Formats: sequence, structure tokens, C-alpha cells
Amino acid sequence: MEIKVKLNGKWIVDNIDPDMLLLDFCRAHYCKSVKRGCETSNCGLCTVWLDGKPVLSCNVLAARADGHEVTTLEGLQEEAKEFGMFLAREGGEQCGFCNPGFIMNVLAMKRELDNPTDEEILEYLAGNLCRCSGYASHMRAIHKWLDSKKEAAQREDHIPENREKMLAHRLSKRTQKHW
Amino acid sequence: MYAEDLAPENCLVIKLLRSPHAHAMIRSIDTSKAKLVPGVECVLTYKDVPQHRFTQAGQTYLEASPYDRYILDRHLRFVGDEVAIVAADTEKAANKALKLIKVEYDILPAILDYRESLDNEILIHPEEDWTESDWSHGDNKRNSVYHEDIHVGDVDAIFAECDEVLEESYHTIEDQQAMMEPFTANCWMDTFGRLVIQSATQIPFHVRRNMATALGIPKSKIRVIKPRIGGGFGAKQTAVVERFPAVVTWLTGKPSKIYYTREETMIAGSARHEMRVQVKLGAMKDGTIRAIEMHVLSNTGAYGEHGPTTIGLAGHKSIPLYGGKYEAFRFVADTVYSNHPSAGAYRGYGAPQGIFALENTVNLMAARLGIDPTKIREMNMLHEGDLMTAYNNETANACALDQCMARCKEMMDWDNKFPAKVLPNGHIRSVGVAMAMQGSCINYIDEANVTIKMNDDGFYSLLVGSTDMGTGSDTILAQMAADVLECDVDDIVAYGVDTDVSPYDSGSYASSTTYLTGNAVVKAAEQLRLNITEQAAKILECQKDEVEFDGKVLTCVRTGASMTLKDLANQLQGGSDGWLSVTAGGNSPVSPPPYMVGMAEIDLDPETGKVVPIKYTTCVDCGTVVNPNLARVQTEGGLMQGLGMALYEGQSYTDEGVNRMRNFLQYKIPTRMDIPEIEVDFRESYEPTGPFGAKSIGEIVINTPSPAIAHAIFNATGVMHHELPITAEKVWRGIQQKKQEEVQA
Repeated sequence: MEIKVKLNGKWIVDNIDPDMLLLDFCRAHYCKSVKRGCETSNCGLCTVWLDGKPVLSCNVLAARADGHEVTTLEGLQEEAKEFGMFLAREGGEQCGFCNPGFIMNVLAMKRELDNPTDEEILEYLAGNLCRCSGYASHMRAIHKWLDSKKEAAQREDHIPENREKMLAHRLSKRTQKHW
Repeated sequence: MYAEDLAPENCLVIKLLRSPHAHAMIRSIDTSKAKLVPGVECVLTYKDVPQHRFTQAGQTYLEASPYDRYILDRHLRFVGDEVAIVAADTEKAANKALKLIKVEYDILPAILDYRESLDNEILIHPEEDWTESDWSHGDNKRNSVYHEDIHVGDVDAIFAECDEVLEESYHTIEDQQAMMEPFTANCWMDTFGRLVIQSATQIPFHVRRNMATALGIPKSKIRVIKPRIGGGFGAKQTAVVERFPAVVTWLTGKPSKIYYTREETMIAGSARHEMRVQVKLGAMKDGTIRAIEMHVLSNTGAYGEHGPTTIGLAGHKSIPLYGGKYEAFRFVADTVYSNHPSAGAYRGYGAPQGIFALENTVNLMAARLGIDPTKIREMNMLHEGDLMTAYNNETANACALDQCMARCKEMMDWDNKFPAKVLPNGHIRSVGVAMAMQGSCINYIDEANVTIKMNDDGFYSLLVGSTDMGTGSDTILAQMAADVLECDVDDIVAYGVDTDVSPYDSGSYASSTTYLTGNAVVKAAEQLRLNITEQAAKILECQKDEVEFDGKVLTCVRTGASMTLKDLANQLQGGSDGWLSVTAGGNSPVSPPPYMVGMAEIDLDPETGKVVPIKYTTCVDCGTVVNPNLARVQTEGGLMQGLGMALYEGQSYTDEGVNRMRNFLQYKIPTRMDIPEIEVDFRESYEPTGPFGAKSIGEIVINTPSPAIAHAIFNATGVMHHELPITAEKVWRGIQQKKQEEVQA
């Protein structure tokens, strides 16, 4: 079947199998940043934007993108590089395999949430797995990056007495929320 | 760019048919229909591929692993063992062909419980051409891959004199490295008819050897390229997938690739060895530990691979922690085959299993004697200058374990938090402690070499044979070279491994890169520095020891004449008596251990058994910290893997030997929602044999969470769990059982 997709700002017309996944479509069009880490929508490596919203491209048929706009890391070079530098400075980029999907979601979060709390950040990004970093460096990088974006903003959870409150909140609502 | 991103365009896609049985022989196999699927290039069975026994393990000379594999074998040894290889133009065609292969199996009785394997009448490797390694004392007619029995002193005599003797048995199960990039490799033929293997591997030089052996071709016919790797943690210290594209491309002449699904990575990868560790610990009433005995049984699964080498670490990298005091130890180790998937290397390589067992037992001993578990460690721990009799008789040249303990206690506020307190909501907050050690390279065996060359304009190329598997080791090595050459790190271009270009390195494993390859970098960079001043002296017309070099400018201290490095480098491009390039390296007679202390604070809900790690503090002695950020992230990453191993990660099998954990829905790794507050600190010792005083850090960091969490749960519930992972269900059952016992008593 023929589809027309605006991939990273350029319209592409392609003849595809109806069961082709958006992940494979992106990779076939040289967006190699889109990675496959599982087949069960668990790892977040294949995150791209469909009309500006993050989706797992392993779970979306390419046909669904017909007439829509798809953005991958290749289409967000400047922004991605900026955040990537914060990540690298913390040593948090490590093997790098999860970074493209992770960064796509971080940039989407920035657009969607104003002054996110730590809890909101963790929940937004929970679906992006990383096996190297242990995640703590990701948080440091996100904090510093957000601070640089909005220096005056003082996030609530920077205040020490709120830590225990936050912890209680987390304990009450979850054990392992891996989606 | 990773291996799959760099695969040749339009290359053949490889898919594999896997055994549905844990133990079987192929009676007949018919591929005629599968071959008719349009787009199918070939369907290979054991009849079609070269038959030479080889190993997939990545180990340098003397190889420790038995040669017990064929590329494809008629004899299938686990659920998932490869039956046939299909290569086709598209993934769809390959998958279609897979379904059309007809196989009849003769099902054999299987050994699914490794404890029944030794001297079982069922033989996993009855073949006559099974080749034992030089030193593992294995015997395929006994299902044995390795045996070791060593001791210092007479443990039985000492145990008889001890006030308290504890005997405990522990069980750790297979867990998955779960690196984000699955196993993958691709191949093509180069212009000279040589086979090029591009692989996500930690061991490019061993891939070359293993594939040459498997295909029965000279090593000179193979080139292995390692692009960027998406994580390894030891998984890629085994050449899990390389043989498939290698044989397809070698036989068809066409480029081919394989990219494992997550399911294949889980069921046919190279998980951690399942082990039973029995510990006997003897101590006096005052807490003095006098004797340690450890018996370990390890499950290597269907193939030997890392079976002979992982097991030793269970004892050699746990017992020396108490090297300060004990008078005798005994370590007995057996590795056996079973019809589980083949096990491999995973961060820690056997040490986590041994440390889990020994540290738990020490914690039990402390409780029995009524001594604070940090105090019993302070009394007995290894100190700088102590001889480690259970560790190749090496002396602890650099050891800040005592300082690590002091600092870790401070960070955790141990004295106030130990052992536990009950919160108003009924939850219990408790703490636990464990110590750990590892090595830095395999002494006398591992080999690292690097080449540094100076280019025009005075920038440098650094060719290393060790592989950066995503830990930032290339950065660390470039940093070391930059330090010696007094240049900016950006002036050093580090080049990933290509066996045609890079000098030999045994690979990235055994915590060797910073220590061993780092030493090679320092050696080569220092020599290059000498050569630079020597060349400059000729041009500046002075003696070489009169030349001063600050990284940019070379100055003769006597005449004051000077020139820039850029000018020198460019001048050397013409009419010089030799271009400036140095290769240096070697091995190490010692493997200096890093040490650490880890403490966990948990929140335990006695109603559900749910354990949530609240805080984890750790203090590491990895010698000089070369790059604080990378060392910290290594530690944090290792701790999270360790917490997963402690609380929820692990394989499980049906009665037919089918792996239940087949994807990330079933096999849970920690997400960012699971991170406790982690505090990392370092106490630096100075390792005289290491580059700038450094030791390793990559592996040790996974070792403490399992025993520290188990200890915290013990302090909360009074129950010491002897099996990993310690799930909420096990914690709850433990609490109930203890209640019942108390009622009965």
C-alpha cells in the first residue's frame, strides 16, 4: 500500500506492506536512531513522535502514520544535542543505546509539563529502560538541564523536608510499575 | 552507530529454528519445502555446515573452555538450541520458511536439576571429540566441566576449636544481563575473499579465533570489526550469534545479518550461572573468624563456555575479605552440565554468588554472637599489607576497606538505624551491610596492547584492542594518554577495535580495561613522549634530555630555541627517519582487587512482604578515581542491577525445561521508578602497579546489594533468605513460617 508521511519535516511517499511497523519504516528511511530493544512495548527504545506526541514505534503500524507527521531524533538535532551534553557531563549517556528513545521522551516531557516535580519526571519517563546508568545520572542531567532552561524556577522537591513526603507518596502507590 | 545500523544494505536476514525439547536427537529433518519459499537463499542443518568442535567463550590463551559445540548439531541440549539456519531476502520469507522445516525428534531424558547432573547416567556431552581445556579437570563422561579443591591450613581442626560454627546453603539462579542492545552481528566478504564479521562483541580477537575454529579456516581469512556496543555486562563475552552470519556468508558469499529478538536474547543468551553455595564458618565468642569452608556447585547449562572460569570467583573473591584473621580455608568447586541454556559471563562473574553466601553467613554469625555486623567485619577484614592466601597468595598492596566501612556507616547513619525500627503504619525500616571485592584483570593471562601515533598538526590516534562496551572506557583511556602527553582529550582520537588494525587485546572483561589497557596506554604514551623530544632535539640541535615539552611547545632549555608540536609533526611528514608511532603493552603478574562496602535501608511491609529499598549508600576503593563521573555512574548502574538481582530478577523453568522468562513483561529489570536514594563515595588507595594508582570498578559494584538487602530483610523479620531473588512472596512466607514456629515453641 502507498503511504505519505512527513518524516522529520519532509514528505515521503512509499509503498509498504500493510503490516510494516513504524519502527521499521523509520529505520528503512535512514532514521537509525530508532532502536529495537524488545518486541513487547516495554523498553522505550523506539520512542518517536507522531504529530508531536511520543509513541512506541514498535507498536504502531506505519500505515497509521499515513498523512501524519513523524519526528525522530534525527529531526531534533539541536535540542537533542543540548540535552545530550547535560547527559554526557553526568556520565549518564553510557552505552547510548537507550538514549535516542529516552531523549525523545525527555523533550516531549518538556513540551508537555511545566515545572515537573521529580515524581512527575519519573512517571513520565518510567517506560524508558536503561541498564547501564542506574538512572540517577539521568535525573541529575534533567535537573541541570531544566534549571538551565529556567534558572529562577525552584522545584518543590529541592526542598529537603519535602523528600520524606515524596517518599511516602511513592511508597503508597507503587512497588514495581514497569509498563 | 551500532552493528545493525551499519549492516550492508539488502543483506540476507537470518532466522533460526530452535529445539522445542530440552534434550533430543534429530531423527530426520526435511528442508525441501522451506527452500521453495521465494526469497530464501539457504536452509542449513547440521548436515550442511562444517563440523569442528569449538567454544563460543571469549577467553585468551590458555583457553579454559571445553570445545563442545558444533555450528549446528544433531544432538540438541536445551529448549531453544539451534536446529536450522534460514537466510532469506526478507525477514518475512525467512520466518515463513522456518515453519516449513519438518523435523522428527528422538526425545532423550533430560537433566533439568543441575544438582543431579554429576555422575548421572544421562550424558549431555557423550561425544568422543569433546575436548577438555588444559587445566579445568573436567570429564564429559561425568557431566563435569570443572573441579577444584584447594585449602590452606586444616579447616576441620580449626572448626573443632571454634565456639560457634555455622553451616548454611544458598541458591542463586540464572539472571539476565538484559543489555538494551540484543545480540547481533553481520558479515560480508571483502575484496580479497576474506570474511568480515561486524559484531556487537566484547571480544573481537576471540571471535576471530572461535569462528576460524568453527569454520575450519585460517584465522588470516577473518576480520572482526567492533562498532559501538549497546551494553554487554559480560553477555557479549560469548560469541552467541556470530557463527550464524559467518557460516551463511562463508557458504553463500553473500552479506548476511542476524539481530536476536529480546525473546531469543533471554532464552538462548548467556545468563549468570546458577549456583549452590554451601558455607561453613567458624568463629570465637569475641567475633574472631578462624575458618571458612565453601563448597560450590555451578550450573553451566548445555555448553561449557564460562563454566570452568566463573566458579572460582565465588571463593577466591569472597574468602579474602576476611583475610585479616582466618587461619584456614577450604574451597571446593564443581561445574556441571545440564539441559538449561548455556550460562556465560555476567558482571561479577561468580563473585556475586559467593559474596551473597559468605556475607549472609557472616551476618548470621554476628547475630548469633550478638555483635554488630559492622564490628565483626572491622575485627576480621582485610587490611593493606595482608597476604591473601585465597587469592593467588597476592598481597593487598592497596586496600582502604576499613575506611570504606567507616565512611559508609557515616553515610547511612548506621549506629542510629541498625537494626530496625517499626513505623506508625506498621512498616519496618531496617538496614543491612555487605562487603565486596573483585579483581583487576586476570593476572599472567590477560594481555593488553595499544598503539599511539602522532599525526600531522600534532593530534594523536589511539588504537586500542579493548572494547568500550558502553562504559566510557575509550574516554578513560584517551584521558590517560592526554594526561601523559599533556594535551586536550579532544586531541586524541580513540579508534574502536578492528582485528586487522588494532594491536592484540584479550578483550573487555574481568575488570581489566582501566587497569591493564590503561597501563598499556601510559606505557605507550610515555614512550611516544620520549620519541617526540628525541626528534625535536635533532631539529633544535641539542641533546634530547635538554628538551622540555609542555604538550604544545618543545623548548631547548640550554639555547632557548623552541618549536611547536604542530611544526614538528608536520616536518616529520617528509624526509624524516621514521614516523612517530609506538605500540606497547603486556600483562600483569597481579590482579589488584578493588574493595567496597554497601549498606541498604529498606521499607518492609509485613502484611504483604513488599520490600522497597529506601536508601543505598556505598563507598568504593577502586584505587585512584580516574574519572569521578564515570566511576560514579558505573557504581549506580551496578547497584541497580544488583538490586534487581536481589529482589526480582531471575529465570524460571517449566518441568519440561521451557524458560518462562521470555521478555520484559515477564523478566522485570529495575525502572527509574525503583531507584532508591543512592549515595556513592570513594576512598582512594594507591595501587602501585596501576595506571596513576588505579584499580578496576566495572564489576565489583554489583556484588553488595544481594547480601545487604537480605541482611536488611533479616533485621526486619528475623528470617535470612537463602535463595535469590527475594520476592515479596518469599518474604511474606518467611514471616508466616516464623510466626508458626514461634507459636509452636
